[in-house]
Amino acid sequence: MNFSPFREAGMKRALRDAGLAALVAAGLFVPLVGLRTEAVGHGVALSWHPWPVAGLVVAVFLGRLVWLMLPRRPAPRLPSAALARAGRFVAPVLLVVALAWPALPGVGRYQLDLGVLVLTYVMLGWGLNIVVGLAGLLDLGYVAFYAVGAYSFAILAQFLGLGFWVCLPISGLVAACFGVALGFPVLRLRGDYLAIVTLAFGEIIRIVLLNWTSLTGGPNGIGGIPRPTLFGLAFTPAGGPGSFADFFGIAPSITQRFVFLYYVILGLALLTNAVTLRIRRLPLGRAWEALREDEIACRALGIDTTVTRLTAFAMGAGFGGLAGCFFATRQGFISPDSFTFSESAIVLAIVVLGGLGSQLGVALAALVMIGGFELARDLAEYRMVVFGLALVVIMVVRPRGLVGTRTPSVTLGARRAIGAGFVAQGRG
Amino acid sequence: MRFGGLQAMQGVSFVSEAGRITAVIGPNGAGKTTLFNCITGFYRPSEGAITLRHPGGREYRLDRMAGHRITARAGVARTFQNIRLFGGMTALENLLVAQHNALHRAGGGPLGALLGLSRFRAAEAAAIARARDWLVRINLLDRADAPAGSLPYGAQRRLEIARAMCTQPVLLCLDEPAAGLNPRESDELGVLLQSIRAEGCSILLIEHDMRVVMRLSDHVVVLDHGRRIAEGPPELVRADPHVVAAYLGEPDVEEVLA
Repeated sequence: MNFSPFREAGMKRALRDAGLAALVAAGLFVPLVGLRTEAVGHGVALSWHPWPVAGLVVAVFLGRLVWLMLPRRPAPRLPSAALARAGRFVAPVLLVVALAWPALPGVGRYQLDLGVLVLTYVMLGWGLNIVVGLAGLLDLGYVAFYAVGAYSFAILAQFLGLGFWVCLPISGLVAACFGVALGFPVLRLRGDYLAIVTLAFGEIIRIVLLNWTSLTGGPNGIGGIPRPTLFGLAFTPAGGPGSFADFFGIAPSITQRFVFLYYVILGLALLTNAVTLRIRRLPLGRAWEALREDEIACRALGIDTTVTRLTAFAMGAGFGGLAGCFFATRQGFISPDSFTFSESAIVLAIVVLGGLGSQLGVALAALVMIGGFELARDLAEYRMVVFGLALVVIMVVRPRGLVGTRTPSVTLGARRAIGAGFVAQGRG
Repeated sequence: MRFGGLQAMQGVSFVSEAGRITAVIGPNGAGKTTLFNCITGFYRPSEGAITLRHPGGREYRLDRMAGHRITARAGVARTFQNIRLFGGMTALENLLVAQHNALHRAGGGPLGALLGLSRFRAAEAAAIARARDWLVRINLLDRADAPAGSLPYGAQRRLEIARAMCTQPVLLCLDEPAAGLNPRESDELGVLLQSIRAEGCSILLIEHDMRVVMRLSDHVVVLDHGRRIAEGPPELVRADPHVVAAYLGEPDVEEVLA
C-alpha cells in the first residue's frame, strides 16, 4: 500500500485524537467504574477493578479511531417536505388522543397519572414559552411562579376556606404580580445576567417559603388542600349524598377523581395554548417576537420595550401560577421541596427542546422528556444514561429544537414556514 | 456630547428645515452617527437642546424625551447604518410591527385587540393595507411573506426605510442609506426619498456618496472632529476650502513649495 503524505498525516492525527479521547475516558472511568465501595463489617472498603476500566478505555480508543478513519459521508438530510406535510397532522392527532386518553383501552390509574404529569409540564412549558420562546427573555427561575400559585391557593384554603375554582384565578393573578415584581429589577439586564438574576429569584422564593413558617408551614408544608369539585359535586371515594357518583347514580370509584383531574389540567393547558396563539397574532405578540429579534430596532419604532417585557413576564408567570394551583390540588399537600431549581431547569429544557417559540414543539418536547423519562423506568440505573444520550442526539440532529421553523403570524399570500437560520435566539 | 474624557461633538448647531432634505456629511469619526443617536434618543446629550417643531406648531424637546417616545410622540423615525431588520419575521410583519402604536391607539388599546372589537379589526385591516402600499412602492410585494433576513441587501435597505415610514413620522433620519448600493439602486433610492419629501416628511440624511448628496439634498451640514465646519446649499459646500481640507487633507509644506 502506498501511503501518501496526506494519509500519513491523517493517520497520525487520528491516532493522536483517539489517544486523547482514551486519556479522557481513563480519567472518567477510573473513579466511576474502577473504584467501588463495598460494605465490610461496620464500614466500607475501597476495591479496585482494573479490567472493566481497561476494556472501556480500549473500546473508546478503537471506536474513536474507526470513526475518524471512516470516509466522510454527507450528513443524511431529513426529507423536509414530507416531514412538513406530516407535521400538519401531528397537532390534531395529539389533541384527539389527549381528549380521549382516559377512555382508551389499557389506560389505568398509572397511565392517567402519567397523563396528568405530562400535561402539567406541557402547560408549564407553554407558559415559559411566552417568556423564553416568544420574547426571548432567558428566565431560569420559572419555578418561583409555580410555587407562588400553589402556595397562594394552599394559604387561602387554609386561612379562608376557599375552594379550588375560586382560588384558581386568584393564584394566577398573584403569580402575575410576582412576575411584574421580577420584571422591574431585571429591566436593564441582558443574556447571562438576566438568567442569573431570575435563577436567584427562584431560589429566593423557595427559601422564603422554607423559612416563613407562620405563613407557609416551613419545611412541613401545607396539607389538607381541598380537591376540586364539579359544580359543587365532590369526588369522594365512598360516594354519598352530594357527591358526583350519587348525582349521576353510578358506583363511586377512585378513578373518577383522576379522570376529572385529567380533564381539568387538559382544559387549563388548552386555555394557555389558546390565549398564547391568539396573542401571537395581536400587536402585543408581534412586539414580543420583535423584542426577541432586535430590541434596539423595537425602540427605534416607538415600541415601549419596558411594558413589552413586563407583560411577557406577567403573562408567563400567570400561567405558571395556574399550573401551581392545579399542582396543589392534585397532590393535596405541598412543601418547598417540590419547587427546586431542577424544576425550572426541566421546564426550560422542554422549551428549548421544543424550539423557536413553537407551541407544538413544546408539547412534543414535554411528551418526549417527561413521558420518555417515566416509560424508561424499566431501565433502572441506565435510565439517566439513555436519557442523557437521547438529549445529546436530539441536540446534534436538531440544534434549534424539534420544530425547526417559525410560522409567520400574518401573511398576504400563502403561509410558508421560516427556517431556523433567520430566527434570533433572543438575548433577553 | 461628551463620553467621559472624549468630546464627540462640540458646539454643533444647525437648523433642518421642514419639507427639505438635509444631508450631514463629514469624514468617518466626525460625529455624524453620534449626532443621530442624540436626536433619536439613544444618547442623552451632555449639554445643549434639540427641538422639533411640528407643522401644527407643537414643539418637542428631543433631548429630554425617552427613546421610544421620540418616535411614538414626536414622530422621528430612523434607519441604521448596519441594517436592523427583524430577520426571522416576514417583510409584512416587519411593516406591521412599525404600526404597533397606531394599531393600539385606533383599535382601543390592548384590551380592544384581545377582545377582537370591530374597531380593532378595522384598524388592523388599515394597517395591512398601508403595509401593502409600501411594499408595492418599494417593489417587494411578491416577497411580502419571505423572511426579511433572506432578502438581498438592496431590498433590505428599502424595507428598512419603508418600515421607518410606517411609523408615520414627521422627520425621517437615514444613516447611510446608499451604503453598499450600486449606481442604479442609488438612483432608485433617490427617487424614493424625493417622493417621501413630496409627501411632506422632512429627511435628515447621513451619507458618504457625494452623488446622492449633491443630487438630493436641499441643505448640507459638514461635520469634522465633532464640530460644524460648513453649512449651506450643496454647490456652495462642495467648493468650501474647509470641507475640501477635511476630506482630502491639507497639502504638505513640501508640495506647496514645489
